[in-house]
Amino acid sequence: MSLPAKPSSSRTAEAIAACRVDPAAAAVELTDVSFAYDVRPILTGITMTIPRGKIVAIMGASGSGKTTILRLIGGQLRPKSGQVRVGGLSVPDLEPEALYELRRKFGMLFQFGALFTDMSVFENIAFPMREHTELPEELIRDLVLMKLHAVGLRGAAHLMPAELSGGMARRVALARAIALDPMLVMYDEPFAGLDPISLGVVGQLIRRLNDVLSITSVVVTHDVYESLKIVDYLYFVSGGRIVASGTPEEVRASGDPFVRQFIDGAPDGPVPFHYPAPAYREELFADVG
Amino acid sequence: MNRSAIDLWVGIFVAIGFGAILFLALKVGNLLTLDRTPGYHLEASFDNIGGLKLRAPVKAAGVVVGRVEAVRLDPKIYDAVVTLRIDQHYDFTKDTIASINTSGLLGEVYISLDAGGDPVMLKDGDRIRKTQSAVVIEKLISQFLFDKASGGAGGEAAAPVKSVEKPAGETKK
Amino acid sequence: MSAELTAGIAQLLRRIGGTVTGAASKLGFVSRFLLAVLWHTPGAFRRMHLTLREIYFAGVLSLVIILMSGLFVGMVLSLQGYETLKRYGAGEQLGILVALSLVRELGPVMSGLLFASRAGSAMTAEIGLMKTTEQLAAMEMMAVDPLARVVAPRFWGGVISMPLLAALFSAFGIFGGYIVGVPLIGIDAGAFWGQMKAGVDFWPDVTNGIIKSFVFGVAVSLIAVFEGYDAKPTAEGVSSATTRTVVMSSLAILALDFVMTVFMFRGASVV
Repeated sequence: MSLPAKPSSSRTAEAIAACRVDPAAAAVELTDVSFAYDVRPILTGITMTIPRGKIVAIMGASGSGKTTILRLIGGQLRPKSGQVRVGGLSVPDLEPEALYELRRKFGMLFQFGALFTDMSVFENIAFPMREHTELPEELIRDLVLMKLHAVGLRGAAHLMPAELSGGMARRVALARAIALDPMLVMYDEPFAGLDPISLGVVGQLIRRLNDVLSITSVVVTHDVYESLKIVDYLYFVSGGRIVASGTPEEVRASGDPFVRQFIDGAPDGPVPFHYPAPAYREELFADVG
Repeated sequence: MNRSAIDLWVGIFVAIGFGAILFLALKVGNLLTLDRTPGYHLEASFDNIGGLKLRAPVKAAGVVVGRVEAVRLDPKIYDAVVTLRIDQHYDFTKDTIASINTSGLLGEVYISLDAGGDPVMLKDGDRIRKTQSAVVIEKLISQFLFDKASGGAGGEAAAPVKSVEKPAGETKK
Repeated sequence: MSAELTAGIAQLLRRIGGTVTGAASKLGFVSRFLLAVLWHTPGAFRRMHLTLREIYFAGVLSLVIILMSGLFVGMVLSLQGYETLKRYGAGEQLGILVALSLVRELGPVMSGLLFASRAGSAMTAEIGLMKTTEQLAAMEMMAVDPLARVVAPRFWGGVISMPLLAALFSAFGIFGGYIVGVPLIGIDAGAFWGQMKAGVDFWPDVTNGIIKSFVFGVAVSLIAVFEGYDAKPTAEGVSSATTRTVVMSSLAILALDFVMTVFMFRGASVV
């Protein structure tokens, strides 16, 4: 079901036509993508495919470029080389109006929620509906309550974001991400900083919503345990490259040293324990003699 | 803060803001005064206008009846020709004297009109015949010193009243 | 010359050049930002309630400080002014002194400075904080342009509020001057208001004051929203952006005031 959209001055027929997605194409396709901030390379030669209706996790240590991949998919960043395709459309080549049109089909859950602090929970979820549709207030009210019910927070509709716990804020942000029934939902570290119960809740919601609403989910995270429980496929990113990938079963059984280090949580392995430094002996005794 | 409360306060704010602007325009400034009322022009020439400025008031018996509109130098006789704009309501006699006064010792310089008894009135564009120039302090002081030096009782402090003599050959319109 | 000295001088020149080009590119960026904000103005006015809300936060909430400051400035002006005027027997001119000082200069400039430090810094902090907590990015990802929804309403809220606040400052200042001048010092009320009315012209005095306050409003609001939008998304980033807003706005107000005064009042005392 897609909601009727409000005609606004920025919506042109060309823009709408330009972002019509190909139903046969994979939801997201990155082909040999590279990205760098000035001279510092962040990503090199990234190739991944995210099929429709699946949940794919992008895992890696902090600072490995995982969030950058999300930003490339969402069109916030342009790749230095390579192709970024969503539903067959090349994202970096879209005009600004077409990009905005495409984003209406996305939902994004930001780290720590990014709820609008000057609005209540209800208004946060109603925000995309009010901005992009012409629905009457009664209908919006019902839809908001339905979304809140899906994440189990219908009773918190009148609260302000400051009054929510971390887990609740995350769930509200999730409800907001699916407010317009998107085709693709991106999760940026959805499990970060949550207690075990909230972890389980969020994980289950991601899985259930993905299946019930027939959406595609991309989850950027470093939480191994939760990911292995809910995702269909995983990609491991280290130093800006994909070092491993596979289904949860394949990953659990993997002998790849990086995967093993990551899953077992071993302090030393392909990702070294020591930050590069001169030889220990030389540095300690440098001023002697 | 709900929407209607905000609307109310913004409305109040804008209203008092405009009220303040109106206050400044009308009560403090002189928005609706003489400059808008219909008037006519007179000319007067002086030896010396002293510190007379544009838009200085023109007063008769202390009442403001007009403004100085323009000042220029007559290139032939090197007199200052002042254009006055007088309120339509007031008529002045043909033998009116225009003198440049200072209100107080350091006050503003203005033109004072003293009407005479002539039955004929000045019309738009007429020239005031009798004028009295501004008192220039330096001349006053030098005159005082001069009189002192010559042991006299002191001469006249005021500049003599001057009639505008039409030089031969010059015709008035 | 030794090699070190030449290297040092070259370094200094490079830094001067870098500062100048940096300042120039920032100025260019700010101009493009202003154009972008102006471009999104229709969006801001379509969501009228947002702009009204910003007028409330920028204008209404500044009322107390503006009115109180105006009152006190007017009273002090009256007190100090009278002391000086009475030496020349010009005590009756107090009304003109207070009114002209306020309407031409003190009203726009002081209310501008107060506005910059109260409302301007608040705007910067708000926008900077929204940037830090990724609310602006969230809005972008939801296909809502933050320039139209967050920045432009705040900009126009400031621009609309400033002239009103400046007029209120001047009005209350004159009232304060009256309170000190007439009941306290004993100047004749008629002389106070009469001299003032004769001496203060709507054009150029009052209108130039209004023009100044409008220009200050644009400058302060632009600097405030720009610094917030451009702030580094960290705690120090937001706080230094807030400080920069106040400092840059104040400098801009004083510099613009000088430039405008030269153009506006240069001819006032010329015959």
